[in-house]
Amino acid sequence: MTVHLLAEGLACSVGQRVILRDVELDIAEGETVGIVGPNGCGKSTLLRILAGIRAPSAGRVLLDGVPLHRLGARRRARKVALVGQEQDLPSDLLAGELVALGLTPYRSPWSGGGSHERAAVAAALAEVDLADHVDRPVDRLSGGERRRVLLARGLVQETPLLLLDEPTNHLDVRHQLHLMHLVRRLDRTVVVALHDLALATTTCDRVLVLHEGRALSLAPPREALTPDVVNAVFGVDATPIRHPVTGDTHLLITPLRPEDMP
Amino acid sequence: MVTGTPQGRHRLRTPLALFLVTLALLASLVLSTAFGAESLSPATVLDVLVGRVTGGPAADLAYDTIVWQLRVPRALLAALVGAGLALAGAGMQTLVRNPLADPYLLGVSSGASVGATAVITSGLFAGAGALALSGGALVGALGAAVLVFVVATAQGGLTPLRLVLTGTVLGSAFSAIASYLVFRSPDPAAAQSVLFWLLGSLAGADWHQLAMPAITVGAVAAALLAGSGWLDALATGSDTAASLGVPVRAVRITLFVLLAILVGVLVAVSGGIGFVGLVVPHAARLLVGARHRVLLPASALCGALFLLWVDVVTRILVRPTEIPLSVVSGLVGAPAFLVLLGRRRYRFGGNG
Repeated sequence: MTVHLLAEGLACSVGQRVILRDVELDIAEGETVGIVGPNGCGKSTLLRILAGIRAPSAGRVLLDGVPLHRLGARRRARKVALVGQEQDLPSDLLAGELVALGLTPYRSPWSGGGSHERAAVAAALAEVDLADHVDRPVDRLSGGERRRVLLARGLVQETPLLLLDEPTNHLDVRHQLHLMHLVRRLDRTVVVALHDLALATTTCDRVLVLHEGRALSLAPPREALTPDVVNAVFGVDATPIRHPVTGDTHLLITPLRPEDMP
Repeated sequence: MVTGTPQGRHRLRTPLALFLVTLALLASLVLSTAFGAESLSPATVLDVLVGRVTGGPAADLAYDTIVWQLRVPRALLAALVGAGLALAGAGMQTLVRNPLADPYLLGVSSGASVGATAVITSGLFAGAGALALSGGALVGALGAAVLVFVVATAQGGLTPLRLVLTGTVLGSAFSAIASYLVFRSPDPAAAQSVLFWLLGSLAGADWHQLAMPAITVGAVAAALLAGSGWLDALATGSDTAASLGVPVRAVRITLFVLLAILVGVLVAVSGGIGFVGLVVPHAARLLVGARHRVLLPASALCGALFLLWVDVVTRILVRPTEIPLSVVSGLVGAPAFLVLLGRRRYRFGGNG
């Protein structure tokens, strides 16, 4: 259950302000692609366009050759799931009920949950390590548990393309790695916006760096995130270092000195 | 019968909760007709009702008139209006994603008060009596809703925050217009009739008045239930809903129109009754949870039950005068619900 994602000449602007221009993407089936960039570079906007819930002002998105923005809402929702940054959830909702919302594209708007739905919800919650939280109100969950419940909501939607907006926010380091490991293992095409460059480097097949609305080339992490790029985009110095245990190359960020501060 | 998960899920099992509230409502519909300026024994009430329903020998004519012609239609109207207001409150809280929303948020009630005040102070339709008042209120309510809709749409769409702001601001403007109409009216009694109308009353209910609210509440309830899955998605946020394939814009517009019609009709029938639409949905959430499929029926049943007894209190507290419904719903309801909600550190539907 994967899909080939092709985006051609995507652009987006609000009034005079250009948010994205000329974004080209060619993502293979089953690939996990990370999007990194400083705050306000257009990551969330790009994800919303790829999810089909915001129309680009130019360009198009093709899923296995089918134009995404021409699909009806319901059919689209069976192809793409977006797990956003929703912060305030209805507090009386139970975690299981929230996850079951992911089945909305597969049922009529008036029907409730049947027993096969409960099984799907339980499976998705088990995948994110929260099997025993089905009956817990979402307002009693910690920030990290909440992120994982939201991810389970995306998983249960059973879409070949999964878009994640900062899924590791609020997660402790073990759950960050666990979540990214889980995402990689999925038999789906995944596009994930990340803040953590080290996490992007170690867990994504390829990385797209967004800078002031423009996309640098989509490349394997070590080619995409060179010290020069990190310096130009994020304004910090980075040094590639070999990890003494794993042998992988990591970027070591140099702390800002007082004279670098504005 | 509380489900015993270790997380302490304090909800009644939903079918049981709905069954118990329905039972209480049916019993209350019968019992409440015993109360009023003239107290009747439950046995007398039952006699009349059984006689009427089975077509058996008629009970004492005086009792028959009091129970069947006066109190039964009034009890039914109270239940309908209570159910409608609670439904409207639950719908409004979802539409604007705000736990403090009540059915009158969209300026509908202030618009209705402009219409009603215009009728009362101008005395134009004095001959038409209560019908003119209801008509004026309905026209004012729907006019206000259309204005809020047009302004909000023109400024960027029916997003929650925009609706709250537009509705509140225009509501204040309508209230000002209504006050102005009262102020410049030569009739000194006008102010009092307007105040009495604004605080809500079910006095003078008869069988003929039931059809319009019954059809409206029934139709809107059916429509909301038909979209309950979509409303659940909408309550978690518009991006999530959109990504789940919910036509967010269409659902918001439909919800707005349904709520405007529902609240407009209710205000026209009973004036502005505060508190029911704000707090009953929260009580219903405590009872059955946040999924609209069960929340909407639970809200409607609880609202009906609540307003039914509020109306009984308005009749018997200061006999033989009747006090306005809002006075009682506020006085009785607020402390009761504060206790109820405080007990569970309930967070009012939002992210506290």
